[in-house]
Amino acid sequence: MQKPSEPAWPPFHVDDPGGHPDRHQWRGQGGAPGWRAHRAHRADRDLQDLPEFSGGTRRWRRHRGDGGPLRRDPEDRIAGGLAAGVAAWRGFSVTTVRIAFVVAALFTGGWFVPLYFAGWLLIPAKDADASIGTKARHDSQGVALAIGLASLLAVFLLLAGVLHDGVIGTYGWPQVVSVACLALIWRNAPESEQAAMQRLVEPLGGLGTGGGRMRRGTVLRLTAAVVLLLAGLGWLLSSHANLALLSPLGGVLLVFGGIVLALGPWWLRIARDLVLERQARARAEERADMAARIHDSVLQTLALIQRRADEPQQVVQLARAQERELRSWLFEGRAPGEADATSFADGVRQIQRDVEARHRVPVEVVTVGDCELDDDLNALLAAAREATVNAAKWSGASVISLYAEVEPKQVEVAVRDRGKGFDPDAVPDDRKGLAESIHGRMTRHGGSATVHSALGEGTKVTLTMPRTGSSAPSVKASGESRR
Amino acid sequence: MTATATPPRVVLVDDHGLFRSGVRAELGLRVTVVGEADDVAPAIEVIERVLPDVVLLDVHLPGGGGQAVIAAVKQEHPEVKFLALSASDAPEDVIAVIRAGARGYVTKTISTADLADAIQRIADGDAVFSHRLAGFVLDAFAAAPSPEDVKPSFDPELDQLTSREREVLRLIAQGYTYKEIARELYISVKTVESHVSSVLRKLQLSTRHQLTRWAAERRLT
Repeated sequence: MQKPSEPAWPPFHVDDPGGHPDRHQWRGQGGAPGWRAHRAHRADRDLQDLPEFSGGTRRWRRHRGDGGPLRRDPEDRIAGGLAAGVAAWRGFSVTTVRIAFVVAALFTGGWFVPLYFAGWLLIPAKDADASIGTKARHDSQGVALAIGLASLLAVFLLLAGVLHDGVIGTYGWPQVVSVACLALIWRNAPESEQAAMQRLVEPLGGLGTGGGRMRRGTVLRLTAAVVLLLAGLGWLLSSHANLALLSPLGGVLLVFGGIVLALGPWWLRIARDLVLERQARARAEERADMAARIHDSVLQTLALIQRRADEPQQVVQLARAQERELRSWLFEGRAPGEADATSFADGVRQIQRDVEARHRVPVEVVTVGDCELDDDLNALLAAAREATVNAAKWSGASVISLYAEVEPKQVEVAVRDRGKGFDPDAVPDDRKGLAESIHGRMTRHGGSATVHSALGEGTKVTLTMPRTGSSAPSVKASGESRR
Repeated sequence: MTATATPPRVVLVDDHGLFRSGVRAELGLRVTVVGEADDVAPAIEVIERVLPDVVLLDVHLPGGGGQAVIAAVKQEHPEVKFLALSASDAPEDVIAVIRAGARGYVTKTISTADLADAIQRIADGDAVFSHRLAGFVLDAFAAAPSPEDVKPSFDPELDQLTSREREVLRLIAQGYTYKEIARELYISVKTVESHVSSVLRKLQLSTRHQLTRWAAERRLT
């Protein structure tokens, strides 16, 4: 506020050493989508890959990779957050990576699944410095459990293999490694990841222990699922002897149907939980954004006001500047600092902002109607600015009224003060302010200016500019274009 | 502006206790505060009990907005006058309370002297327009009716301002007092007042699109 050349916002930018200068970086960031699209900048996380924030089309490749080492992203996970990590690492969309993972799991004969778990075990999470694996090395009990569980499954698979040598064997063997990895992860993962695993496993537990409390629908569904599963498995296993081509396909379909029936609702719930989680995160982001802005603007100004309580003029100025910023943010959706005038009424408010900031005189603005700016109207704005600045500098009035009305045929601006006034005939010729920058400017563009003033009664400058074709009446002539 | 012998009796309705006590302290001798309320239901109760000359009414109340108070009191006691008051002057707020029946609108940044003046004028049966409200009205009654306004119910008596009314509103929007307006237009202060009252009536009864749109934004038609 002390340098006249400093813009109105933020008023404390120059002379508030106690503030948070680093917070001011958002000034220039209000891009085209406005502040609503702009999210709080958090250095520790890169959220660009969240689809609901990208706002645009869903492309498989959203942005360049973050260049950092490969890290799991526990914030955006279904299981271990590996897909999200790879996505952020290489710059793919998470969904693409997830689909690729599933396809890979099917086509590698199940070997991709243990690979995934190994990754979960060995790749550190984003905010952790060590992987789960390093911790698991010292967990001898866990290692024993892993080996035990894995060998249990191996024995089971051996038996199955001796009996049938079917699909179970092919897809089952890799899971020996999976089981071992899972056991180690389970024992050594941080609590938050354990919770995620629990969420994944919980309904499986529910399948067995539901007992008498289960609703009839669930019972029916599970019965159907078990029947389908058994039928499908039987079909598949018997197909070893029966080499008809279609049989395995039917078996697979039955098994698949059984799985969907048994686990479908659970999958749906997981998907819903994920969506809810993301929404909650988006809300939290917005709140953080809001808090940052309120901090930057309102709280800072309030602090300054308290510090300067003995300078009423300054306090009023600070409060008014803050009020203007808050209004333009709340009602016009414009971030402070985004000041370029796009319409005539905007331009008038810009004059208000600048004069109030530089000359510390309140300017009461009323605009009626609005239209696009053109050369003539820019000249009118420049003349109006000159008149307002004159009033602020010389009149001594405590408030200046700036009235602008866009009519179908012409645009009128009236600048009025109740200050000391002057005798228009007594102004010496060398005082060019009024003559050149107001009269001259207006007449060059086909407009006119009249000045009424009398000593002790204030001054009123009326500027009129006829409208040419280019500044045709705009549709948003009222309400929303104004505060 | 006939000065009444006794100061007007006023009820303050505002959910900020700090604001109420500030107004009460500042208005001091110029008005008599006979009651206070902080929400819609208590406000209706107090107003119907003490029947004040003027109710100073905050537009934003937790229990449903100032216009709910006006609507409830107007049924039984049409003689109670309301001056609406708000921190914001978004057109939809202003238009909604005016159409509900308030006779004036000022913002909370108004000076104490002006507020006391406004209360007195409302008590005398005049209308009080802030300069921004004048701007809104000029906007809503733009010279050329918008396409939405060209309809069978278009009533030039209600849906258009006379050129004199427009002039008066323009000067109000520029911060002129009634006395200054009278001098500027070579008419009497009484005539200025009657122009403003006539504008107020149009504001409350006209169905111009802009007005109904603003009112609808505050869910009041």
